[in-house]
Amino acid sequence: MGRYIKKRLLQAIPVIFGITILTFFIMKLAPGGPLTGMISPRTSSESLQRAREAMGLNDPIILQYWNWLKELVQGNFGYSTYNGQPVLGMILERLPATLLLTVTAFVFSFVVGIPLGVYSATHKYSKTDYGLTVFSFIGISVPSFFFGMGMIYIFALKLKWFPTSGFGSSSFSGTGIELFLHRLRYLVMPAIVMSLANIATVMRFARSSMIETLSQDYIRTARAKGLAEKSVIYKHALKNSLIPVITIFGQSIPNLFGGAYITEKVFGWPGMGLLGVEAIGNRDYQVLMGLTLFTAVLVLLGNLLADIMYSFVDPRIRY
Amino acid sequence: MKKRQYSRQRQNFFKTDGWKRFSKNKLALAGSVIILFMVLAAVFAPVIAQNDPYVSLEADGLVMKNMSPAESHTILGTDGLGRDEFSRLVYAAQVSMSVGLVAVGISTIIGIILGAVSGYFGGVADMVIMRCVDVVNCFPVMFLIIIIATILKPSIYNIMIIMGLCNWTGTARLVRGEILRVREMEYVQAAVSLGSSDFRIIFSHIIPNVMAPIIVEATMQMARAILTEASLSYLGVGVQLPTASWGNMLMEANNLATLTMRPWQWVPAGACIFLAVLSINFIGDGLRDAFDAKQKK
Repeated sequence: MGRYIKKRLLQAIPVIFGITILTFFIMKLAPGGPLTGMISPRTSSESLQRAREAMGLNDPIILQYWNWLKELVQGNFGYSTYNGQPVLGMILERLPATLLLTVTAFVFSFVVGIPLGVYSATHKYSKTDYGLTVFSFIGISVPSFFFGMGMIYIFALKLKWFPTSGFGSSSFSGTGIELFLHRLRYLVMPAIVMSLANIATVMRFARSSMIETLSQDYIRTARAKGLAEKSVIYKHALKNSLIPVITIFGQSIPNLFGGAYITEKVFGWPGMGLLGVEAIGNRDYQVLMGLTLFTAVLVLLGNLLADIMYSFVDPRIRY
Repeated sequence: MKKRQYSRQRQNFFKTDGWKRFSKNKLALAGSVIILFMVLAAVFAPVIAQNDPYVSLEADGLVMKNMSPAESHTILGTDGLGRDEFSRLVYAAQVSMSVGLVAVGISTIIGIILGAVSGYFGGVADMVIMRCVDVVNCFPVMFLIIIIATILKPSIYNIMIIMGLCNWTGTARLVRGEILRVREMEYVQAAVSLGSSDFRIIFSHIIPNVMAPIIVEATMQMARAILTEASLSYLGVGVQLPTASWGNMLMEANNLATLTMRPWQWVPAGACIFLAVLSINFIGDGLRDAFDAKQKK
């Protein structure tokens, strides 16, 4: 197992380089470059030349990449072309809100998805199973912004159960449990919208994994020795069928982060997605680039973690 | 088993086992009917749409802004600029469908070529291509598409190309796996021993035999592509106004006033995206059952 983890970590190194190279070259495509935010109409062409020279923009591309990478390792993600602030600071400022939303949606999708999938599998080809299958198709097909707008229309505007958007009221001054409940009202709708597609994916995966497990020999043995069906399903089958579900952990991270743009825009949730939407409007390439790179690294780490977890849970993994 | 479905001899499609299995899947059939209907609407848009989707309607010299279906005597009312919503919806179908189709075409071709090279030749080529897959998979596709679309100035053609370039990894992995599976089979060995070129072995012996899962994957991707295009257009980096797409119709309607008072401006467009994506997913599911001769239900 130690060997597997070591190999998996080594494999991640070229991927990290790949991510940075791809990001760097996409950034090179951007018009203007990092100087755009600093030029005024009165900047002379000589001083522009000097600035280009000073920033190393005339160096060979490989050298530029290397210098950029060195800055990156030290935490310098560049500066916003719109307001000149450091990009990493802007991202970190928005990170907690996005993490709150994504982690809630993540937990929610597994807590809801797994039981539904298991129920579906143990009641294979029943009416409920059929209904849940149709539901899972609906879940992966409904555009999240349309679903979000529908939720706002029904639950915020008609029924007035939840606020339409935002992260909390600015006049609210409670602390502790009060603050938590206050936030929760704002969190419910975006978290549901964000997790819908993931619930469907987890459910389908859990269903097929459970069906697969139930056809194994050791399940037949368990039944043959006269165990109650409940104990067969929940004690013998469930644990083994959940192992492959771990792979969905890793896969759902990019989907959730990718959904952040849409969900946060619909609900005005002040996270990284909304930062990205603002950056699109301002044509702020540095911020978009920083966000892309930042999430790519998060996804890589998430996948790595999922694989390592897998090798702990399932010692049969050999590499 | 799968070979038979792709044999050259012609047989009546509606009498094949595949069609029988497909037609037993009620959801897939319903999906096919809806998609057929939408495609026909898109193709015959100029005939179906009563009004020009880009011209504001006027009555008595006044622009008919934000009018409900009843007020404006149109099928779905008018938008904020007085344009006919139904006409825009029908023309948007053209845009959304063609973006999806071209994007999936591009990504499937790239996926087949890279997957084939990776699986057939193995070694260094395999390693390099698979690490590229890992790299691209690390980026949430939305982030990658959004940044490139913002840099390259969004337009329908750029969106098609960018989506094609970012979505090939699934197909590449699939094709690679399939090729590894059939590479050692007798008919491929026979072709090798006859001295066929690698190119010929891959494209006229192997690929036709692994077409079934590729078609299923492409269908599912088509559904995702329509959804992605709609999301991009909703964010304003996809299809640009005034060209109508289902996504940017929802973007235009995304304010509380429209949301509460003018449902005809956002519900139909959202419902169209939903129905199109759902139907294509059902079709994909039906195709999977139809191609998979081993599975019995």
